[in-house]
Amino acid sequence: MIPVCFILIILHAYVNKIAIYDSFVSGAKEGIITVFKIFPTLLGLMLSVAILRESGALNFISKIFLPLAKIIGYPCEAIPLTFMRLVSSSASTSLILDIFKNHGPDSFIGRFVSIMMSCTETIFYTISVYFMSVKITKIRYTLAGALISNFFGIISSLIITKIFFHY
Amino acid sequence: MLSYLWVSMILFGILFSAFSGNLSGITSAVINSSRESVEICLTMLGVLSVWAGMMKIAENSGLIKSLTKKIMPFLKFLFPKLDKESQSIKYIATNIIANMLGLNWAATPAGLKAMQELQKINIDKKIASREMCMFMILNMSSLQIISINIIAFRSQYKSQNPSETIGPGLIATSISTLSAIIFTKVFEKIYFKDGDQK
Repeated sequence: MIPVCFILIILHAYVNKIAIYDSFVSGAKEGIITVFKIFPTLLGLMLSVAILRESGALNFISKIFLPLAKIIGYPCEAIPLTFMRLVSSSASTSLILDIFKNHGPDSFIGRFVSIMMSCTETIFYTISVYFMSVKITKIRYTLAGALISNFFGIISSLIITKIFFHY
Repeated sequence: MLSYLWVSMILFGILFSAFSGNLSGITSAVINSSRESVEICLTMLGVLSVWAGMMKIAENSGLIKSLTKKIMPFLKFLFPKLDKESQSIKYIATNIIANMLGLNWAATPAGLKAMQELQKINIDKKIASREMCMFMILNMSSLQIISINIIAFRSQYKSQNPSETIGPGLIATSISTLSAIIFTKVFEKIYFKDGDQK
């Protein structure tokens, strides 16, 4: 995907005769400023996620949801991943690799998490970085909307996995 | 809102580990996470700047403008109050396209610029505008068409058919995005009566 995009962008620029390298450099300069700007937000976010993860609170929350998961046929091992997915993409990646290792990617849970990862997003990271970058403190219904769309994504992944792979 | 969330995550985490006798884990979490975020930022510094550079080329060559035009009907439906020629809609379009292609690193600089542009025309600088809410919820509904990382992980763990989850994933992500749009449109009706901008 990346090589294709690079070629398209550069060829298009070449055809339109613009100063390609100058543009790249000025864009990259803006990129550096962006990273510096979001670093403090990222630091704070990763700190709170790490504390929550290390405390074992996540496993505790997962246990609360266990009976409900059993009723709707939700794979229990995927509950911690479901919550982690909303806060941290690196942590959820390591959880998904654990699931692939223990159950195989072609198991029910393996297929389910593959689909679920494609329709969910790291909500708290996105909200913090984007809103903090413009100093917005009141976000109205943004969190509710994001949670609802991800909830729909998760539930439909479960249903779709069952239908598609005949479980 | 954000600080409440942050404070409660930290307090809940520390209190919970105090009760379960695992306070030393918190200490290492603090140290490790701060190191990790520096590492992530260093990676970001490189990759994100490369993409910001590429995006600048695409912007100057007019590529972004023509792509924006292609998804304009969709954007007009989502952001009816935004000027078609404005900078903000261009950055929103870039962010959406990059997200759909799964280029997260390319999406972030454009998305942050879109927020800056939206903030310029925002009436109350502390409260998210209607366009910001729509943009952010859409962004978090996962726009990615094909999740390349997942396919790579699946084949790494010897899946018989690594790409078999693409089709179902596409349906699932359409449902999440659709529900995001419906929810936001309904909430806009509740929050912003009679063309009230605030």
